[in-house]
Amino acid sequence: MTDEGPSPFISIQHISKAFAGVQALSDVGLQVKMGEAVCLAGENGSGKSTLIKILAGVEKPDSGSIEIDGKSHASLNPRSSVAAGIQVIFQDFSLFPNLSVAENIAFSAELTARKKLVRNAEMRRIAAAVLDRIGVPIDLNARVETLPVADKQLVAICRALVSQARLIIMDEPTTALTDREVRALLAIIRRLKAEGVAVLFVSHKLAEIFEVCEKIVVIRNGRLVVDGATAGFSLDSLAHHMTGRHFIRTTPVIPEANLPEILAVRGLRRNGLLDDISFSLRAGEVLGISGLLGSGRTELAKALFGLMEVDGGAVAIQGVPTVIRNPGDAIDAGIGYVPEDRLTEGLFLSQSIARNIAVSRLDDHAGMGGLIDRQGLSAEIDEWLHRLKVVASPDAPVKSLSGGNQQRIVLARWLAKSPKILILNGPTVGVDIGSKADIHQVIAALAAAGIGVIVISDDIPEVLATCHRILVMRGGRIVEELAGGSVTESDLAHRLAS
Amino acid sequence: MVRKPTIDFSRNETLVAIVVVLFVAMTAIVDHNFLSLPTLFDLLRGAIVMGIFAIGVLLVLISGGIDVSFTAIAAFAMYSTTSLLVHFKLDIPWPFVFLLSVAIGAGLGLLNALFIAGFRLPTLIVTLGTLSIIRGFLLTFIGSQLISNLPANLRVFSRLFMIRGTTADGSFYSLPWAFAALVIVVAVTWFLLYRTMLGRMIFALGGSLESARRIGINVQATQVFVYAFVGGISGLAGIIHAAMARVANPFDIVGLELSVIAAVVLGGARLSGGYGTITGALLGVALITLINNSLILLGIPSTWQMVVIGMLILLGTGIPAYQTKRAARRAG
Amino acid sequence: MQTPTEARQTSSDNSVLLRLLRADNSRLAVITIVIFVIMTLLSPERFLSAGNLSSMAFQFPEFAILSLAMMLVMLTGGIDLSVVGTANLSAIIAALLLAALAGTDATGGFAIAAILLAIIVAIMVGLSAGLLNGVAIGAFGLPPILATLGTGLVFTGLGVALTGGSAVIGFPDDFAALGNSAIFGLPVPLLIFALLAVAMTFMLDRTKYGLRVQLFGTNPLAARFAGINDLALTIRTYVISGGLASVAGLVIMSRANSAKADYGSSYLLLSILICVLGGINPYGGFGRVSGLVLAVLSLQFLSSGLNMLQVSNFATELIWGALLLLVMTTNGLRLRRKGRGSASTS
Repeated sequence: MTDEGPSPFISIQHISKAFAGVQALSDVGLQVKMGEAVCLAGENGSGKSTLIKILAGVEKPDSGSIEIDGKSHASLNPRSSVAAGIQVIFQDFSLFPNLSVAENIAFSAELTARKKLVRNAEMRRIAAAVLDRIGVPIDLNARVETLPVADKQLVAICRALVSQARLIIMDEPTTALTDREVRALLAIIRRLKAEGVAVLFVSHKLAEIFEVCEKIVVIRNGRLVVDGATAGFSLDSLAHHMTGRHFIRTTPVIPEANLPEILAVRGLRRNGLLDDISFSLRAGEVLGISGLLGSGRTELAKALFGLMEVDGGAVAIQGVPTVIRNPGDAIDAGIGYVPEDRLTEGLFLSQSIARNIAVSRLDDHAGMGGLIDRQGLSAEIDEWLHRLKVVASPDAPVKSLSGGNQQRIVLARWLAKSPKILILNGPTVGVDIGSKADIHQVIAALAAAGIGVIVISDDIPEVLATCHRILVMRGGRIVEELAGGSVTESDLAHRLAS
Repeated sequence: MVRKPTIDFSRNETLVAIVVVLFVAMTAIVDHNFLSLPTLFDLLRGAIVMGIFAIGVLLVLISGGIDVSFTAIAAFAMYSTTSLLVHFKLDIPWPFVFLLSVAIGAGLGLLNALFIAGFRLPTLIVTLGTLSIIRGFLLTFIGSQLISNLPANLRVFSRLFMIRGTTADGSFYSLPWAFAALVIVVAVTWFLLYRTMLGRMIFALGGSLESARRIGINVQATQVFVYAFVGGISGLAGIIHAAMARVANPFDIVGLELSVIAAVVLGGARLSGGYGTITGALLGVALITLINNSLILLGIPSTWQMVVIGMLILLGTGIPAYQTKRAARRAG
Repeated sequence: MQTPTEARQTSSDNSVLLRLLRADNSRLAVITIVIFVIMTLLSPERFLSAGNLSSMAFQFPEFAILSLAMMLVMLTGGIDLSVVGTANLSAIIAALLLAALAGTDATGGFAIAAILLAIIVAIMVGLSAGLLNGVAIGAFGLPPILATLGTGLVFTGLGVALTGGSAVIGFPDDFAALGNSAIFGLPVPLLIFALLAVAMTFMLDRTKYGLRVQLFGTNPLAARFAGINDLALTIRTYVISGGLASVAGLVIMSRANSAKADYGSSYLLLSILICVLGGINPYGGFGRVSGLVLAVLSLQFLSSGLNMLQVSNFATELIWGALLLLVMTTNGLRLRRKGRGSASTS
């Protein structure tokens, strides 16, 4: 730890916090200087979110001290946190979809100024000035619901700046952004740093923000693991610090040649989203489909699973032409789909683990009048929990599980159905690194068992570690086909973005 | 930036306006006397109470809630005010009578606010409960008898006309001053919603409650205001209803709630909160009033009134809903 | 791979008593029993009299059946504001048919055949009304509250238009006997409700349709991604709900020996109240028939008891509303505490 240069804007020391007997944070310290960007890294459940909440004044620490700008606070409340210049940009941006850009940006400033009447001209002036400051043109009159995600994030940043932010905390800022948008965001961050604004990134996706951070702080199980200049870290060493484990990079075992073709897609198209998509998948093969956000990768998955209408093209499964109009058709044809957003698309969060798995198997375990064979079903569920190493009561709600275990439940749902083809969209998004390796092993085992697996992902190491063959998508087209093992990470990254 | 003066057919207001015009045109063709001052003033008079209610419902919908108790509040405020005056033989000028009713309404609105803002319960359930409580309390403890001898000052109010006259063919027409109450409520609410920060906070609440909390809007205080304001407006509508009907009937008004909500939703307010305009709400009221009053002129027996309104709700909300659904299905 | 939350969950539940108290319907069960005991103590010889018990058993089935109809759609996250309209329209059409086919003096086989036909037609009407709701909501994407508000007006309106707003009377005596007689001392309406409640419990717990309803109600998007046919599910749900409403309509018609468009107009809000009181989550996914039965019983005990104490019907309404808010407030506080606990471990 060095203490030269500007004095720390914020310095927290020996922060501890327990919830109902569970120690979320113990003895954590952190300093951020003015004009500095710090990355707070940690897996899900490491205590990152609790730390953000303490800084935002939403939670109070049990012990420890917080010093901002030389003034010490026993704890913060939302008001004093904002007054001290701390602004948190949450993953959902906390904007108002029904209000204009100008209003969203200037709202909190007008609140702070305790204005009673609406000053439209003033709000527009404030918004225009701050948009100008970060150098982005966004229509002040546009309703925020009509903006793309990246613009929404910029509006959130502008709002933070308007509230005299001196420290901006960004929670997982890059998850929903395309590569180009990430670069634009980083340029803005540099600009803010030059103006003396401090930035604290909270993330578990590090590669992208490595370059703008001076310092990295890693926490694990509520404790500070390591804290030092960015230059001292590599992606591998970070992964090690975050998980406490070492990972050996694997390359997939190449399957035997001449395995039968299980899926053939010819000329699939959908106006503006998919253009002449043709490819084939063999049994026992792991096919990667990679591309940036907006490249059409998710649309392709949805089209294959009957979640999106297509304008034309043909799909054949094991040589049989198949029309897929809805997910039911896809499932009947032997396709399973693990969706991108586990929480909203994948799981019935407050329902039991058992029901979350059983949903795909109801037809197979139902007899006369739709009556369910409960014993048979619960035996099967126990077996899958055992096989996927999930230790939990089948009756517990699925929301009580960790991200990795939740993803195992979605996998179990489809595996129980013994699909011919399994499509995994972002199989390890929001999954801790330990579970990630396990899920990669599951993928390899599935392929070994003769299932055709499609992995859709923009996580380059993941694609390289799991896929035998990689299709690169851009602008709704497949632009390249690569053999797994023939490309390097930087090479693939370049091909995705170009 | 200047807004282009084009007609936006995707807006509910536009659709409702077109239906209103078509309806008027059809009725005018069938009945030549339809386009006349007496008819106009009849319709306007018929729309006063529902119009005031609609503004209140709009405010609640924008804030992201729903209120089904406003009719019970109106009946309670109206009846308790009149029975108080009659019982104690108070002879206060009508503006004070109105104020009393508004105050009682606002107080009952605070009861909703207690459960919604205080205990954070779902608004539909809370107002369903308070609907029963307020109505039950009124009929049990305050009275269930019709009061037909209204206080003199209220009778005075009911005879005050903004406009009255006789047409060339000798039919009378008149517009009571009660209409001004609707105009005032509309003007005040417009100012509140579009010119005060409080109004923008109400929109913000409906847009995203969580975000509102995070940027430091006092959500509870705003909700307390919304439900008290709506309660007050309902109290006003109630006493105007009694004044115009020249009788205070405790069984009146309750039962209207779903029609008023339907009118406001037809006008484009979303049940999910954050969206809705005063113009839309008033157009919705206009449409329903028009149907209630002139279906017979079109040769449709009055017994079919409900069917027609029901169909309009299904079509009026079904067409935009279907378009949204189609778009979502296409997009996956 | 056990998170702290799981560890806590498995280590706690130790005493049977604690678990009972924590069970979903425990609070309501206690309330129901307390009401029963209080009413018994206040006027033991009257509240527990055979006459009162039997009149209670005749009264509640009609709105209890309507509540079952409401419950099923609520489990999918919907609401059905047309239940009463459907019930009355079914009854009116059956009544018109019955009155036309067989008058008051019809007896024997002919009367029974006419009654059977009328019942079948009424149920068909209910199922069709439900189909209309299901299509409007599932295929056209109308929000349930608006769709059923609209269809409710249409159904009630048709009832008014068909009858001119007056009651339809003049059926064979056998029909009225149906709703007012008892088998082995058990009123027929009660038997009908019991049968339907058992069938509903069985359907929700043991059939694939029932499980799908609860999963869909929890998260419709995830249901779609899991391959649940949401359109078929929605239509089926509203069709069943419409069918149940028509049965309620027949019970009302038989007990009143007439059919009218504005019968049971207070039952709409009452059935929503019963569902919410009974712990059916209005946002979908969770709720048990046992909770609904407890809610029905507690309301019936309350209103009969109060009625016996010469308290007006309006006061009963007041107490119902207060009970709803009381239960919601205590539930809400419990939910909020739970929510805070789980959010903190992230």
